[in-house]
Amino acid sequence: MSDNPLIGLIIVIAPLSLVALGGASAIYAPLQHQAVDVYHWISGREYLELFAIARVTPGPGSMLTTILGWRVAGLAGALVATLALYIPSSALCFVVARVWNRYRGSRWHAAIENGLRPIGAGLMIAGGVMILRVEESGPLAWVMAFAACALLIWRPLLHPMLLIGGGAVVFVALRALIG
Amino acid sequence: MQKDAVQKDAPSVSLLALYKLFFGVGLFSFGGGLTAWFHREVVLVRGWMTNDEFFSGYSLAQLLPGVNSTNMAVYIGQHVRGAAGSAVALAGLLSGPFFIVIAAAVVYNRLVELPGFTAAMSGIATVAVGMIFRIGMASMKGTVRHWPSMLALIATFVTVGLLQWPLLPVLLTLAPLSIAAAYLRPPEKAPHE
Repeated sequence: MSDNPLIGLIIVIAPLSLVALGGASAIYAPLQHQAVDVYHWISGREYLELFAIARVTPGPGSMLTTILGWRVAGLAGALVATLALYIPSSALCFVVARVWNRYRGSRWHAAIENGLRPIGAGLMIAGGVMILRVEESGPLAWVMAFAACALLIWRPLLHPMLLIGGGAVVFVALRALIG
Repeated sequence: MQKDAVQKDAPSVSLLALYKLFFGVGLFSFGGGLTAWFHREVVLVRGWMTNDEFFSGYSLAQLLPGVNSTNMAVYIGQHVRGAAGSAVALAGLLSGPFFIVIAAAVVYNRLVELPGFTAAMSGIATVAVGMIFRIGMASMKGTVRHWPSMLALIATFVTVGLLQWPLLPVLLTLAPLSIAAAYLRPPEKAPHE
């Protein structure tokens, strides 16, 4: 453990960047352990609050590390925590993408691409279903999701801002009506 | 080999345009519809990538550690402008949310007391799911014609989405099987160029 909070943030967060397989959800538990139990930066309740904030703001949910850094060491902490989380995984992704694109056209490249594609599609749909399950709005959430999907099939270039704004308005209106 | 890592057929894109695009998407990336939004802008609107290139990158982004959306930004940036493109796309994607998330943390307690705030957030999240479904369907194209691919898709969805098995063992089992099946599949058309 280091006395310098910035170095502490790097030591805790940078390794998590490379174990975040399948997205950010893999880092929440180990990060909580380090931030709360090991370094005592924040309490467990505060950690949940950071989680909620990251969820309702734009950007990846993993940006809770940004606010954690902010709480620990202000703007410098926020910057260091953000870079520590995204630089290692991005560097790896960059190297792999370079190699990947260089071999485009070979048989094994096509096989990997065609083999991974259905798995990617399955993961996308699974991810959507999981979000709908944790939404507390029940059937309404499913209706809205399918309506948005149908709208996009009908008008593929419909601007996402229109959809997002529409979704927010419909939910606020219905909550106000139903209570 | 000049600029060997950048696709030869990729249109020339300025770094500023790249930054602007990712900054804009990043600012409004509530609820996880990012991949769908990237697809719209990069494939449908701007034509920087083909469908195949995009979904190929999506699979990589899933398999590699890190957040899908930042990995996608790195992949797209690399595709159009190499290393500088990756850095710019990543910076663009994160710079807006960076300040917003800090501002939200400062005023959080007042934010949740705003009438309609949580309802609006729910509405945004469900619409984002609709965007995800749509792009999931788009990436399924071509899969339905091959039963091993269809099987891989259904197995992934059921194990991860319904049974909620841990992602890593599922991927490590299904990915090699699906890739092997694709390797053995007789080629039907010239490789995409």
